[in-house]
Amino acid sequence: MATTTMAAALGSGLRRAMEDDPRVVLLGEDIGRLGGVFRVTDGLQRDFGADRVMDTPLAEAGIMGVAVGLAYRGFRPVVEIQFDGFVYPALDQMVTQVGRLHYRTGGTVRMPVTIRIPYGGGIGAVEHHSESPEAYFAHTPGLRVVSCATPQDAHTMIRQAIACDDPVVFFEPKRRYWVKGSVQDEPLDAALPLDRARVVVEGTDVTLVAYGPLVVTARDAALAAADDGLSVEVIDLRSLSPLDLDTVETSVRKTGRLVVTHEAQRSGGLGAEIAASITERCFSLLHAAPVRVTGFDVPYPPAKLEEHFLPDLDRLLDAVDQVMGRQHSLTGWSA
Amino acid sequence: MLRSDVSDGRALPTTEELPDPELVQLLAPDGTRRADPVYDSWVEDVDAEHLLSLYEDMVVARRFDVEAVALQRQGQLGLWPPLLGQEAAQIGSARALRPDDFVFTSYRENGVAYCRGAAPVDLVRVWRGNALAGWDPWAIGMATPQVMIGAQTLHATGYALGCAKDGVDSVAVAYFGDGATSKGDVHEAMVFASSFAAPVVFFCQNNQWAISEPVGLQSRHPLADRALGYGIPSVRVDGNDVLAVMAATRVALDRARRGEGPSFIEAVTYRMGPHTTSDDPTRYADPEIREQWAAQDPIVRVEQHLHAHGALSEDRAQEVKEHAEAFAMELRDATYGMTAPEPLTVFDHVLVEPSAELERQRSQYAAYLAMFGGAE
Repeated sequence: MATTTMAAALGSGLRRAMEDDPRVVLLGEDIGRLGGVFRVTDGLQRDFGADRVMDTPLAEAGIMGVAVGLAYRGFRPVVEIQFDGFVYPALDQMVTQVGRLHYRTGGTVRMPVTIRIPYGGGIGAVEHHSESPEAYFAHTPGLRVVSCATPQDAHTMIRQAIACDDPVVFFEPKRRYWVKGSVQDEPLDAALPLDRARVVVEGTDVTLVAYGPLVVTARDAALAAADDGLSVEVIDLRSLSPLDLDTVETSVRKTGRLVVTHEAQRSGGLGAEIAASITERCFSLLHAAPVRVTGFDVPYPPAKLEEHFLPDLDRLLDAVDQVMGRQHSLTGWSA
Repeated sequence: MLRSDVSDGRALPTTEELPDPELVQLLAPDGTRRADPVYDSWVEDVDAEHLLSLYEDMVVARRFDVEAVALQRQGQLGLWPPLLGQEAAQIGSARALRPDDFVFTSYRENGVAYCRGAAPVDLVRVWRGNALAGWDPWAIGMATPQVMIGAQTLHATGYALGCAKDGVDSVAVAYFGDGATSKGDVHEAMVFASSFAAPVVFFCQNNQWAISEPVGLQSRHPLADRALGYGIPSVRVDGNDVLAVMAATRVALDRARRGEGPSFIEAVTYRMGPHTTSDDPTRYADPEIREQWAAQDPIVRVEQHLHAHGALSEDRAQEVKEHAEAFAMELRDATYGMTAPEPLTVFDHVLVEPSAELERQRSQYAAYLAMFGGAE
């Protein structure tokens, strides 16, 4: 077991996947000689050659469409979209091709394409470098959508994503790239399946659902709430599509209270889907209406304003107070 | 403060028009064989009997295409995109391919599908609304046709890159139309293909129309020239000349197989029918121009050539006709014989392993249907 950053854990996961399967090829902008702008693919072109780690022209639709063709030929392409905000030219190919070829061919053509997207804010970046576009993809049938929150999950989940015969959109929380944790090469058949959520803190009063960059924040919130005598159960969703609603339901049946958080804008977001689904399943057991703590319905703001956009510890704690019906909840008045 | 240096210069650099690239033609509209110093050698093996078999494929394609239009008019198909007028472009190119080549097309390439070995039932499945794909791509070396304009050019490029990585000399061929040449996907495909010298052939059927929009709206200049900007050799060929199309395709395939990268073929033809059976070209197409193209019919010119060389006996002509008729009747019978898909198959094959949520939706809907007395 080694202690390493999430970025390095992703890199070693990619390396392992390339060693395990010679059909795995990497495509992206600046991923070869440079090793990617976040250095996730550092050293891979050197060790596997430019034929398997391809620097591509600056054209995201092109990268995605070429990946489709490679998959048709029996390869397992791993595409890197350099930044979240650059994925939109590729959205067409992802929605009209990658996500539906298996369906439209009646299961004949598989698209084992992994699409890595560094995403989310909190790094003081310029425009189009802090987006959380996961809901677009979660809304698209035929795409699996996941996000990792720890170096260990980053390492294992990227290997699982590449080994998966379905296309997987893999959201990497870029502000957690440099967080360190212990990582080991888990046997994939023994690891938690890619489509399963994980309870990362057990609790009995409130279920707090997070994913990607906010899992760390949610854990911190659970610790802080414990100081206040509240027992918060934190679920790292991991899979954003399909959703592991059973794990969330089991928790809410215990706690009767649900808070969901994501950086992405609120309306039409994953929080809405989770709140609605859990309400359908657990309506009579809920002690309070589910609460969403999310980015606001605005384009991602300039860096000097992002702290007011991103959910943080205090906003999570306030939501916990709200579902607990506590008087000092700042936003409880709306409930 | 604005800092600016607006020019008031008067002399203008000359903007010379590039000359239109010459059209490669081996069979003139009246069936006369025209000598070509380059392309002749690529069809040397095409003797009268060989040409007759190309002729037969074109006749079959036209016949089943007409049948499919009729089936749509009778309400048996929801829609059909006729290929009328494009028989030479499709048959001449598709017949140049090897079984291990792989074809990515749009929805109009039913003549190509026929040459690749698609069964009649596979040609109509999609248009009856029974499925989203007609055939098994692996069985006939042809991807499920693309509905999104131009998207398949990227898939062909990626597939071609894969062939190169695998060290085989198979080639990917992308079929698309004049309208598609305005799409970013097509341009990005040419960028990728050129940069990586991918063994791909870009086969553009310029049938002059993108629904109601004339090709002049897509480009003020011959489409073949677009490829040159990407460093891709291109040729403009008479798309109604099956021999010239085959020769040009063979040149491009050979280039790709030798590892010399992509080619672009502009097959200049004319869409003699509507965009689809839902379209009404009388609102936009000039009937006189259509008449001019009718005089350049791809099948008539081969017929005349064969007649002039005494290579199309009455018996043989009758055989061709009967073969075409038989295929069309098979297509008709297949259409009528097709049973509607089972309702619950709507849930099949979204993911390789279905999600728990979708399985819930499936079982809930099954229970709902059962209330009406079975999954009918």
